[in-house]
Amino acid sequence: MQGFNLFAILLNPGFRAMLLNGLGMTFVVAICSWVLAMTLGLLLLVIRLTPGRIANGAVVAYISYHQNVPTLVQLMLWYFGIASLLPGALQGWLGDHHGEVIFAIIGLGLCQAAYFSEDLRSGLRAVGRGQIEAARALGHSYLGSMRFVLMPQALRNALPALVNHTVSLFKNSSLAMAIGVVELTQAVREVENESFRTFEVYLVATILYLGCSLTIMAMGAVLSQRARLAGAR
Amino acid sequence: MLASALAIARDNWLLLLVGQYPNGPLGGIAATLMLSVLGIGLAFPLSVLVALARISRWRALRAPATALVYLVRGVPLLMIIFWVYFLFPLLLGTEVPGFTTMVCTLVLYESAFLSEVVRAGIEALPAGQMDAARALGHSYPQAMRFIILPQAIYNMAPSILSQFVSTIKDTTLGYVINVPELTFAASQINNRLLTKPFEVFLILALTYYVVCFSLTQLATWLERRVARRRAGPALVVVAAPS
Repeated sequence: MQGFNLFAILLNPGFRAMLLNGLGMTFVVAICSWVLAMTLGLLLLVIRLTPGRIANGAVVAYISYHQNVPTLVQLMLWYFGIASLLPGALQGWLGDHHGEVIFAIIGLGLCQAAYFSEDLRSGLRAVGRGQIEAARALGHSYLGSMRFVLMPQALRNALPALVNHTVSLFKNSSLAMAIGVVELTQAVREVENESFRTFEVYLVATILYLGCSLTIMAMGAVLSQRARLAGAR
Repeated sequence: MLASALAIARDNWLLLLVGQYPNGPLGGIAATLMLSVLGIGLAFPLSVLVALARISRWRALRAPATALVYLVRGVPLLMIIFWVYFLFPLLLGTEVPGFTTMVCTLVLYESAFLSEVVRAGIEALPAGQMDAARALGHSYPQAMRFIILPQAIYNMAPSILSQFVSTIKDTTLGYVINVPELTFAASQINNRLLTKPFEVFLILALTYYVVCFSLTQLATWLERRVARRRAGPALVVVAAPS
């Protein structure tokens, strides 16, 4: 084994580019699936709040499936399974346009939507019943009281859980390597294969991951601090 | 499609259940469950120690425990798997089988998450419990051992079970370093059949669903039971005089 030399990785333009591209892809996957998950999570919450029994049952089943099946298996089902059922032309198009990235975003997004939706729902449940009654009594419509009275409080209640699940979404983006996405973890393995500097490459990647996760946690702490100030008497 | 999925399940149930055992290493659901039980089982005592260190008065204990928890919470499990995968053989000087690598990784990873559960359980107890125990002449370790931990762990049993479900889901990542478990068995079947990926991975997803859903239901049931016991007559009597 060679001596420990971090600069052999950091100062090598080729390796640096591979790692930065990987990090960029990690961000693309994480951010796109976060947006998808949050949109879908809100939609699922709205459906659950409406009285329809069939729609409610469908949402419960959706959440149960996505919380009880491992994320990696969900990704594999999308990329290997569902992709194979698509019409040939679409399969070809996906093959030419980084289908693995698209499926990673869909898979991670749909999975995390279940968690986000549950976080928001328990946040909403923690808001006292008097709040909606008061809002309605003051003349807000149902949607108006949701928008201006209930949701702001629900979001504040749900914030810690949402931040935790955002961190896990970011970490789970590494699973995309199993379906061929060249994100940070896969880039690390490729650099490691070329440089044989296992220890150094993994150290760099671990620090990058840790830095991003801690940044998300810190942003969450700042947000809940501000939410608390806004709500202070 | 459903018929061919059933046919695949019928032809390969043994592989999905125990892998190539007894002609090869144990795999399939059996290995998945063994990995999870070993992972959580070994992580549990460790997590109690980490939790105790995190609420300790001494910085020398608190700081490294806190650092460990944040480190593990901030890095993807896959990254930790690769660390153990490369470092262990280097440190031990021998080859380490994938199964052992995975167990060690899970113990490390789950003990950090479980320690947060245990810590939350300890901190949720009324401070009076510790005060009363100390007033009755217990030392701090005795109070922890006989008064605090039994209550904290009982109250946290549902969360510990949920962590076990997470562990089962985490074992799938062993697939990446070729640990023979359920996901690995399914991908073997898929590689052999080649033409039925949807059916194979659907069976895989449903199998995990059945296992994890039953355990999640059990956790919910346990949670109700714990909540009932906590709100039961014993507590009312204690609370009544004040």
